[in-house]
Amino acid sequence: MTSSMFFNVTTFVYLISMLAFFAFLASKNKTIGLVGSLIAYAGLAIHTVAIGLRWKESYDLGVGHAPMSNLYESVVFFSWTIVLLFTYIDLKYKYRIIGAFVLPFALLGMAWAQLGMNTGIEPLVPALQSNWLLYHVITCFLGYAAFAVACGISIMYLIKAALEKEQSSAQAGGLMALFPPLKVLDDLNYRAIMIGFPLLTLGIITGAAWANYAWGTYWSWDPKETWSLIVWFVYAAFLHARFTRGWVGKRAAWLSVIGFAATIFCYLGVNLFLSGLHSYGGGGN
Amino acid sequence: MATTERSFVENVWDFFCSLKLTLFLLISLALTSIIGTVLPQGQLPPEYVAQISPAKLQIYTKLGFFDMYHSWWFITLLYVFSLNLICCSIKRLPHVFKFVSEPTLILGESLRNSFSLKQEIKISGSVESGRDNLSTFLGQEFGAPVVSEQNGEYHLFAQKSAWSRLGVYVVHLSILVIFIGAIIGSLAGYKAYVSIVEGTSVNTVEARNGGQIPLGFEVLCEKFSVDYYPTGAPKEFRSILTILENGQPVPGYSQVKVIVNHPLTYKGITFYQSSYGQASEGSEHYITVTPRSGGTPEKLAVQEGAAVTLKDGTQFRLLEATQEVRQFAPGFSGPAARVEVTSKGAAPQTFIVFKDFPDMNAQRGDALIFGYEGTNARMYTGLQVAKDPGVWVVWLGCALMVVGLFIAFFMSHKRVWIVVSKGHARIYGNASKNQAAFEIQFDAITEKFKQLKI
Ligand code: HEM
Repeated sequence: MTSSMFFNVTTFVYLISMLAFFAFLASKNKTIGLVGSLIAYAGLAIHTVAIGLRWKESYDLGVGHAPMSNLYESVVFFSWTIVLLFTYIDLKYKYRIIGAFVLPFALLGMAWAQLGMNTGIEPLVPALQSNWLLYHVITCFLGYAAFAVACGISIMYLIKAALEKEQSSAQAGGLMALFPPLKVLDDLNYRAIMIGFPLLTLGIITGAAWANYAWGTYWSWDPKETWSLIVWFVYAAFLHARFTRGWVGKRAAWLSVIGFAATIFCYLGVNLFLSGLHSYGGGGN
Repeated sequence: MATTERSFVENVWDFFCSLKLTLFLLISLALTSIIGTVLPQGQLPPEYVAQISPAKLQIYTKLGFFDMYHSWWFITLLYVFSLNLICCSIKRLPHVFKFVSEPTLILGESLRNSFSLKQEIKISGSVESGRDNLSTFLGQEFGAPVVSEQNGEYHLFAQKSAWSRLGVYVVHLSILVIFIGAIIGSLAGYKAYVSIVEGTSVNTVEARNGGQIPLGFEVLCEKFSVDYYPTGAPKEFRSILTILENGQPVPGYSQVKVIVNHPLTYKGITFYQSSYGQASEGSEHYITVTPRSGGTPEKLAVQEGAAVTLKDGTQFRLLEATQEVRQFAPGFSGPAARVEVTSKGAAPQTFIVFKDFPDMNAQRGDALIFGYEGTNARMYTGLQVAKDPGVWVVWLGCALMVVGLFIAFFMSHKRVWIVVSKGHARIYGNASKNQAAFEIQFDAITEKFKQLKI
């Protein structure tokens, strides 16, 4: 079995898990929700094996390195961290329905990686031959994944808030009964960002340390660096908004969605639309 | 008069203390930073200047958009940001210190009502015995309490991790520390570049603005070499450097290998491997020409681009040479040269001759067999040079930030009060963060509390 077969299976399993969560949303049948979660866990396990296998395969090819060196590998790792965080939140807080809003991000990443990208294992260019690569990528992507989860939760918040406004609260039962209460969603959003923000901070710091070690400047206003700082500013604004009246709830949810949009731009947009030092650019076909 | 003046100063103070200003600044910094990622920064590429209208070019230049992170308005934003941070901390820190050092020992009526975590039991004994028993209880279950008396009631208070309230201020301080480090670096440090030809040394480097900066010592490039992947892509390029003081190698800094991601630092100045090339000026390449019919090989020494006429009248020209042919001719490796040969009365022929594959060279069916013997050209190594005495301050700031964030988000100030009155005792709890986790701990305490028979 090769890693690429495992990755294909992973993608398929995430698709099934997402569909199960949608069915859960439609049917409100708790068993279906549980099935969705269990399938997601299984997907995570297969995904983990696949990443480990790809790591080993790179050594078999004589160009051994951690599988985090190009766009394909980073998207795959990003999806993995999203499902990992979902698993954590699911086990800890037991609001299963969040899966319906988080799993699509992971599925999207895997599907795009498997269908649209060059999956070959490539040797590392000299600039990437450093342990800092590992620390930098892991912290950044764990942070990004936490923001993805926060974004999914914020979307739930916005949907629920909009529906409750429209209907009288008695009618709002129905589908919305599955959703955690607004206060809980707001709190979970904050908690996810409390995990993501320090990780992003660590990601920026390890990136700066690496740049300093490899090139002699810890900060050069390269577009990728600058965008990571923009993301950091947005979430810092989010954290402070909570202390100012009128900036909780809906506005906080919007800030979280905007923050994730900036995150995605930082991750992908910068490489697709802007130029700079980072290497995930030429990953297309 | 005096009052309006005072209120003006107060207004300015309030302005710089306000969290609305913080939000405005964070969002402004985020939005304006985008400009510099979209427009080219620094030296403008000529293609860009050609495609933008002159009016736009002028406006953008005036606004500092082409070096925006050093423009007056961006720097001003950062100064206001720092001021906001400092004012806000000056305003709040004393309160926080007081809050931590002089905790609320006596739980007033309004606070009692504001806490969601509470529990009550009946006590049959005297208030004093209740106080003593409950002090022991709280000491065992949570922390040794401070006991105060008011209106015949006893207030027992215990707290944990009160100092975690300061985490936020550690984060804020860390930002200022990083700024200070950056300022030190920009005032007392520099970024430069130097290229050193193998076997030679330098004692100055070239600053970004073109000026020469003396190093105060010499750097000798002993050797430079490149390794390749089987695909022909460079795997590792390395310079062997020696630092010389007064012409003598410095112990410990002799024959140091410098590769990408492994720089060399001496006296606060760091050399980073960044590029390389062949110092081709004036160098010669050696070509052998052997008649297929036998006879002594002829040896040529030619420069790149130069043409020679051989003994039999054949025109020979060396088009280009490389020390690693793999990326141009897959399946081959080592040094090779592309040559143009024009036999008398024939059309010019272009082909590659190899150093390490003489059989390939011989396979050509022509009357003359060409071989490549290499070159006396030397390599040069390109090094980035940086001096930044502020960098350790920046790392200190980063460390403070990580520690501060950890404290601010994941540690919590937990407080428990027990108010002992006649006939009953009430327990209250509060945590600054992560109320849910504290609730579990509090519930465990109250479970035992309810079992107490006093
Ligand atoms: C002009 C700049 C800033 C000002 C005036 C400011 C002010 C404040 C204030 C007043 C608080 C509330 C403290 C409390 O009572 O608990 C706070 C919280 C916080 N600040 Fe700042 N801040 C600034 C910039 C930043 C930045 C750039 C960061 C980035 C790391 C940051 C990180 C935090 C964190 C992590 C908290 C705690 C938030 C929470 O507990 O949810 N601050 N800030």
